[in-house]
Amino acid sequence: MSILRLDKVTKRYRDHLAVDEVSFEVQPGTIFGMLGPNGAGKTSTIRIITTITGPDSGQVYFRGEHLNKTHPSQMGYLPEERGLYKKMKVGEHLLYLAQLKGLSRQEADKKCKIMLDRFEALEWWNKKVEELSKGMQQKIQFIATIVHDPVLLILDEPFTGLDPINSNMIQDEIFRLRDKGVSILFSTHRMEQVEEMCENIILINKGKNILMGNVKEIRNRFKEHLFQVSYKGDLPSSFSGGLELVRNEDHTATFRIPDQDTPNHLLQFLMGSGCEIQSFHEILPTINEIFISQVKGISHE
Amino acid sequence: MSSKIWIVARREYLSRVQKKSFILVTLLTPLGIALFSVVIGFIMNAGSKSDQRVVIKDDTGIIQQIAAEDKNFPYDFSTKDLSVLKEDYSSLGYDLFVYVPAMRDSSTMRLAASYYSTEKPSLMILESIESKLSDQIETYRMRKSNIDQKLLDSFRADVSLENGAMDPNDPGSSAAAGKLNIIIGTALGGLMGFMMYLVIFIYGSMVMRSVMEEKLSRIVEVMVSSVRPIQLMMGKLIGVGGVGLTQLAIWAVLIPILLLIVAAFLPGVEPSQLANMKSGIEIDPQAVEDFSGQEVIAAIFNLKWWLILPVFIIFFLGGYFIYSSLFAAMGSAISEDMGEGQQLMMPIVIVVLIAFYMLFPVLSNPNGNLAVFASLFPLFSPIIMPARLAFDPPWWQIVLSIIIMLTTVWFFIWLTSRIYRVGILMYGKKVTIREMIKWLRYSE
Repeated sequence: MSILRLDKVTKRYRDHLAVDEVSFEVQPGTIFGMLGPNGAGKTSTIRIITTITGPDSGQVYFRGEHLNKTHPSQMGYLPEERGLYKKMKVGEHLLYLAQLKGLSRQEADKKCKIMLDRFEALEWWNKKVEELSKGMQQKIQFIATIVHDPVLLILDEPFTGLDPINSNMIQDEIFRLRDKGVSILFSTHRMEQVEEMCENIILINKGKNILMGNVKEIRNRFKEHLFQVSYKGDLPSSFSGGLELVRNEDHTATFRIPDQDTPNHLLQFLMGSGCEIQSFHEILPTINEIFISQVKGISHE
Repeated sequence: MSSKIWIVARREYLSRVQKKSFILVTLLTPLGIALFSVVIGFIMNAGSKSDQRVVIKDDTGIIQQIAAEDKNFPYDFSTKDLSVLKEDYSSLGYDLFVYVPAMRDSSTMRLAASYYSTEKPSLMILESIESKLSDQIETYRMRKSNIDQKLLDSFRADVSLENGAMDPNDPGSSAAAGKLNIIIGTALGGLMGFMMYLVIFIYGSMVMRSVMEEKLSRIVEVMVSSVRPIQLMMGKLIGVGGVGLTQLAIWAVLIPILLLIVAAFLPGVEPSQLANMKSGIEIDPQAVEDFSGQEVIAAIFNLKWWLILPVFIIFFLGGYFIYSSLFAAMGSAISEDMGEGQQLMMPIVIVVLIAFYMLFPVLSNPNGNLAVFASLFPLFSPIIMPARLAFDPPWWQIVLSIIIMLTTVWFFIWLTSRIYRVGILMYGKKVTIREMIKWLRYSE
């Protein structure tokens, strides 16, 4: 059973359609990427999932039940635009947010300290939030998001403003939670992270669902049959059988082979021509390229 | 569910009460009021005593003759030449010279005297001189007609209005005390109305500023994922309201103590006098002077505090919730700075000001039609009803006023929370009141 399922969810604000029949499903223990340019409707969709607003039409199911106001207590939501009370002390602030998630004071105290310790930040307990760097504040916000053991984590651009070390720390924590069975809805427009982290993605633009599926499957679906070859010696001067040389620089050549053809033909052809092959691999489009081509394609229509 | 409201309220309360600025303001305000009353006391004392020296040249001969018998007659007489006096009165040490010419006819009504002064004299001193001169002439004429002083005294009558319903066995219920009660009621009413007016603005704008800051710093984005907007708003209203009650409680203890200390060390400064000043209601100073300090204190203790205090607190909270929920809604709609807020605040400010200015006619006729209307109308009642409490308004009016007010509180919280939940997550554009009305219809 999926943790979260959206079925043709639509949200209209007065002058525009923010979410237009978006449907997707998040499986337990997976990271699901929600991609889209700014203003695509990601935040509006998340606000519906966290019951901050309601959909105009369509259904949302959380663990098989119709979404209701009690469900957000099992979710952890890190919004894209996030702030903390500057004058509060870190420990006090974490306790406050944890208690609002439904933890008792004792539980909250214990869990917040464990979490801070894991993020090597226990000594901040009595510091005021305003004394922390932006990156440190991000960590505190992340801790506040996961302190109540949510089963669904919704992270909206969780890595903005973090240095590589802190980025990795949070990424590792996300993987650790996933391995424990937590589902993660990961909203971003930074594609390289999506490839690295997500099993499945949905691409939305202007409120519409334009692409959805497994990351590997999507990259395969959009592949252009490109293969890269590193070689020694010289390439033959002409190619037969529909082979096309796309690029050739510094003994690295990129070929496009006809749709129905197989890479073996290319290899056989090159080996027959007498050049020495050092490496050979397929070039799949990055999610970034697919994203750009899809978004552009839609907006040009 | 509702426990979240208390968690929010607790933070809102503690974060304010623990601030140094709160502690300073709470402790320094009573000191400031005490200091202010000392200064006002000095000013009023200095103003009421006439230190102006007046010399009179009396060509009628009557005034000086009669005045000679009155030891308290405050002015001096001189027989020097008119022209000399006109020139030299100030070098003789006088501020004012009055020349009373001889009467052409001993029974004349009008007598035109003239004054000379280097500086413009106050109206008060001129009137005082006029009445003293007239008194002397009247006394002279009565004597001349052989009217005996005893006979004259027997003509006198002094009607004093007493409250017929007052218990004659109650020592505090003399005629004078009845009037004193009215004076004290007016002072107390003015004070309470004024305090409600301050409370609405001080705590209302506190709520508004804090809503605005939470929105602009994007704290709400984090908060609304675990708290519903109405819980966040209610928590804030309750927390800040608690701060207000705490501050009032401390002031209710400190201010009277400090004022009593001031009154003890500074004769002539009555707390009630200060209250008059603040409420801006003119009370004949003569009327206050007729009562001793003990009488005043007794009358203050005789007020129905067991009724006034709890009812005042109910109206304090009601007024606070009605207006600060409006301020919260306005704060949620601000997307850039406080300047935008002023514009949105205008309608609220106007309503509160109307209520405040109604205090004056209401206090001079505390059970009249305007008073009854204003103390039932829920936008005015938090300011007007407390002001009437010392005048024993009918029970049904107090109860009805509270019921209407609490219903309005409930309605306003419902109304404003619908604006608030949209406003706090809306950025970028300036919001008009018309647009906020549209938000009311948004689905959740």
